Amino acid sequence: MLEQHLAALPIILPLIAAPVALILGRSVLSWGFATLVSGLAFIFSWQLLTAALSEGVLSYAVGGWAPPWGIELRVDVANAFVLLAVTAISTLVLVYSKDSIEKEVKAANHSLYYTAHLLCLAGLSGILITGDAFNLFVFLEVSSLATYTLVSLAADRRCLTAAFRYLVMGTIGATFILIGVGMLYMKTGTLNMLDLAGRIDLYDSSRTINTGLAFIMVGVSIKLALFPLHMWLPPAYTHAPSAVTAFLASTATKVAVYVMIRFIFTVFGIEHVFVDMGMGLILMVLAVVAIFKCSYMATVQSNVKTVLAYSSVAQIGYMILGLSLVSVAGLMASMIHIFNHALMKGALFMAVGAVFYRVGSVDIKAFAGLGRKMPLTMAAFTIAGLSIIGVPLTVGFVSKWYLVTAALEQDNWIVAALVLLGSLFAIVYIGRVLEAAYFQKLPESQGSKSIKEVSWLMLVPMWVLVIANIYFGIDTTLTTDAANSASEWLFQADAMSESKVPEGQVSENHVLEERAQEVSS
Amino acid sequence: MNSVIPFLPLLLGALAAIVLRGWLRNLIMIVAPVLGAINLMGMDHGVFWSLEFMGYALEPVKVDKLSLMFGYLFHLASLIAVIYALHVKDTVQHVAGLAYAASAVGAVFAGDLLTLFIFWELLALTSVFLIWARRTDRAYASGIRYLIIQVLSGVLLLVGLLIFARVNNSLLFTQIGLQHEGIAQVGAWLIFFAFGIKCAFPFMHNWLTDSYPEATPSGTIFLASFTTKVAVYAFARGYPGEEILVWIGVTMACFPIFFAVIENDLRRVLAYSLINQIGFMIVGIGIGTALALNGAVAHAFNDVIFKGLLMMTMGAVLHMTGKINGSELGGLYKSMPKTTVLCIVGAASISAFPLFSGFVSKSMIMAAAVAEGYDVVWLLLLFAAAGVFHHAGIKIPYFAFFAHDSGIRTTEPPKNMLIAMTLAAIACVVLGTFPAQTVYALLPWEHSYQPYDVTHVLTQLQLLFFSALAFVWLNLKNMYPPELPSTNLDADWFYRKLAPAVVKRVAGTTYGAYVSVENSVILSVKRMVQNSYDAEAGQPKGYFAKLWPTETMVVWVAILLAVYLLFYYLH
Repeated sequence: MLEQHLAALPIILPLIAAPVALILGRSVLSWGFATLVSGLAFIFSWQLLTAALSEGVLSYAVGGWAPPWGIELRVDVANAFVLLAVTAISTLVLVYSKDSIEKEVKAANHSLYYTAHLLCLAGLSGILITGDAFNLFVFLEVSSLATYTLVSLAADRRCLTAAFRYLVMGTIGATFILIGVGMLYMKTGTLNMLDLAGRIDLYDSSRTINTGLAFIMVGVSIKLALFPLHMWLPPAYTHAPSAVTAFLASTATKVAVYVMIRFIFTVFGIEHVFVDMGMGLILMVLAVVAIFKCSYMATVQSNVKTVLAYSSVAQIGYMILGLSLVSVAGLMASMIHIFNHALMKGALFMAVGAVFYRVGSVDIKAFAGLGRKMPLTMAAFTIAGLSIIGVPLTVGFVSKWYLVTAALEQDNWIVAALVLLGSLFAIVYIGRVLEAAYFQKLPESQGSKSIKEVSWLMLVPMWVLVIANIYFGIDTTLTTDAANSASEWLFQADAMSESKVPEGQVSENHVLEERAQEVSS
Repeated sequence: MNSVIPFLPLLLGALAAIVLRGWLRNLIMIVAPVLGAINLMGMDHGVFWSLEFMGYALEPVKVDKLSLMFGYLFHLASLIAVIYALHVKDTVQHVAGLAYAASAVGAVFAGDLLTLFIFWELLALTSVFLIWARRTDRAYASGIRYLIIQVLSGVLLLVGLLIFARVNNSLLFTQIGLQHEGIAQVGAWLIFFAFGIKCAFPFMHNWLTDSYPEATPSGTIFLASFTTKVAVYAFARGYPGEEILVWIGVTMACFPIFFAVIENDLRRVLAYSLINQIGFMIVGIGIGTALALNGAVAHAFNDVIFKGLLMMTMGAVLHMTGKINGSELGGLYKSMPKTTVLCIVGAASISAFPLFSGFVSKSMIMAAAVAEGYDVVWLLLLFAAAGVFHHAGIKIPYFAFFAHDSGIRTTEPPKNMLIAMTLAAIACVVLGTFPAQTVYALLPWEHSYQPYDVTHVLTQLQLLFFSALAFVWLNLKNMYPPELPSTNLDADWFYRKLAPAVVKRVAGTTYGAYVSVENSVILSVKRMVQNSYDAEAGQPKGYFAKLWPTETMVVWVAILLAVYLLFYYLH
């Protein structure tokens, strides 16, 4: 019974559990319940990944309505991989959030927080495994609305403005996606992604479809905070409660990147997006500018959460850069970085949240002398920071390695050089915090004497992520295997859908297919 | 005999230093390098550890004579530096120092480029803490600059090795050379520059003279011992016999002299002299004969000891008086007689007095230069050697311990500092007096070089030095600087007077151009930072601090959509 519905469980379970968490009311109860549900979702997604790795694609018809008429859930290696990361982070953040939330959210809102978190998780899981374009929009809205709530829960009233700006931008993004999906439906009469992929190729030069693609790309770019549409992100991450920031930074934008990958590779096809529309160049330019401009922005900020927020936008640049290279290796680099960045940023924001918990501020000055007072938290920050810089033996290095290899494979020197130069900025913004923590004296004030390490409930999730940062930096088998088969699968899926195209284009497809195989071998 | 991975004892020592306190930590810190050295004795040549990573065969630990020699050197150096740092009550420095030494050992035993790269980056990351540990704003800024340049070097190495991995399908670190086809050529040059940055090539050397004098007194000892020597090792393995290295090396040997003469901070003088000594080694590697290579690595060995000794004496002065500028010091021999004697031993070694350690290795390189017909190089090296003698052999001890009495009265430095300096001084004398039995038995290349078989050549050289000594001593009293015209038109006029004049002009012009470019770059970066960052309030300002209104964001959305569509219509 369970196995039969396995694909639906990561969505359904948190969705049903969310109102229950609200009803439970008491903070501790809903915390335990939400953590349990999220943990279960993690176990299910682990099973989904193993199933997808062994069996290939799992298709699940919601409500027994067969696709393409009914809503289809499709689990493949690519989305099972991201789903695993999302549910894992969600569980860790929930464990962490008990203490953190007590400090940063009003007691009356605690159960609301857990409810919104579960809704957000349900939405994100839904986005990942749905095979239906309109359903994807619905889940995107579910997760986004939950996110706006989460951001606005902080005790600091500035979060309200940030949440409002986020709401406006997020809604515009969602609207654009809806318009785009509507245009596709208008032309093809179907919403199932697989079905869409087959039909879109029949209308190769249709203006409606191409305009729809542009709308979807812009909409998704807002959601994933691609430069220059990233402006909602820094204030939202800065003013949201720390646990929320840790969750969003390591999941929400990553899922949006995945949506972009999905639309490009399985719905529209590489040929259409990169050759006919020439979007690769736009994406590449935006990604490079994002890396440099936002890394620089990060170096001059004084609020550490803002620093990390800008750093996130820069890191998203790396992901988009990887997929704009249009090769298996590039896509693989993006997928690996999605996973790795979740590990780094999760750990960093958790460490910053721990500092806020004890010191009550996340200004860079508040970090002065914490190396002695909170050694474990600052050690976690240091290791995760080194990972962002891309030091060997951490996951950051693995990401950098694959991205540079992918660029070099195409003899794209400039990109390779820019990637490596961009990582130099990280030294400065991480270095500033480390310098404050280890080499400045604790300010002499009343409260500073009582600063001590946070409880194990905050430390354990933080350190699980830190150890994962190191473990996956040394043993890269899991990440690279999953990412590799995911990106190969995405390229094949593309080639498969292209093979339905009328004969005139076969030769070109053939070339692409060959290239994909050559690259993967 | 059972051995463990070479860098493990030092690394464990570093980890133990994190948790241990007091005498127990001191004990562990001393034992770690000793055990590490004993561990090396039991190692057989060959691949000690191999594994597969991302489809490439890696050899993280590979032992041969060259790596063993540097391995012993780094253990000796870390022992001396650790003893010197014992009195410091600073966990950061102790841990960083040992971890830094462990990275250096790891780097010289790396059998493949990826492992080398990892330790290359670790060298940068661990050593920067020794600079930051000074805990001044200057040291912090200097440390950040240092770190960026070091990581940049690592990045170049990474790109180079990726190219090699693609072309040769192998990451093993063997001779690289500069003659390749196609893209591998680019890779070879990138790695060359990566090594070059760490080696402080001309125009890439600023990080060294910038940061070493900013580190703590004991931190500088670690710094001066490892980073550049790892780079020398990497050149000796990767690029032996590349002729361009000869000319780069000569430049490195000569140009710092001018800066060293005018520099007031005595530790910075030593930093310049460090570049000058590396120049000798690079020349030896560039010549590439067995004699020259042996000379280069032997000189690296000796340089770590005597440069360490000089740095330690200056560190002791800084530690006791809080001053390091030549103009503020003087007359310290009255209150620090032991340090004075030790400093003179170091000065004698760096100036290549017979029976001191610099003597044989420097002459090996110069003899190799003559043997291969590099006469100009030989002359320039002679000039450089005279310059070393002037700024490191005379200026350092003279300004610190003699000269006019500054009135500073202090005491000898702590015991552990004295012990460390004495150890280094003894090593200097032993290595110089019994070369065949000590360091020269370790030399990696087979060559029947007998230091005292060519005695008369060496004696000739030494005669020149002695005359220079007499000359400089005499002039120092009333005709400083000593490069003032002398009346005798001996052959040495050409390199003592003419060559410097020409070199000075050429170097002056090149350097001037370089400085102006550098300044304008620094200025524009500064302006950018000033426009975006309010240093007093510690906050971003202007454009960088403002939140974007929603309208702006929406405008950007529209623009991006328009760009997408325009692109499509134009396509």
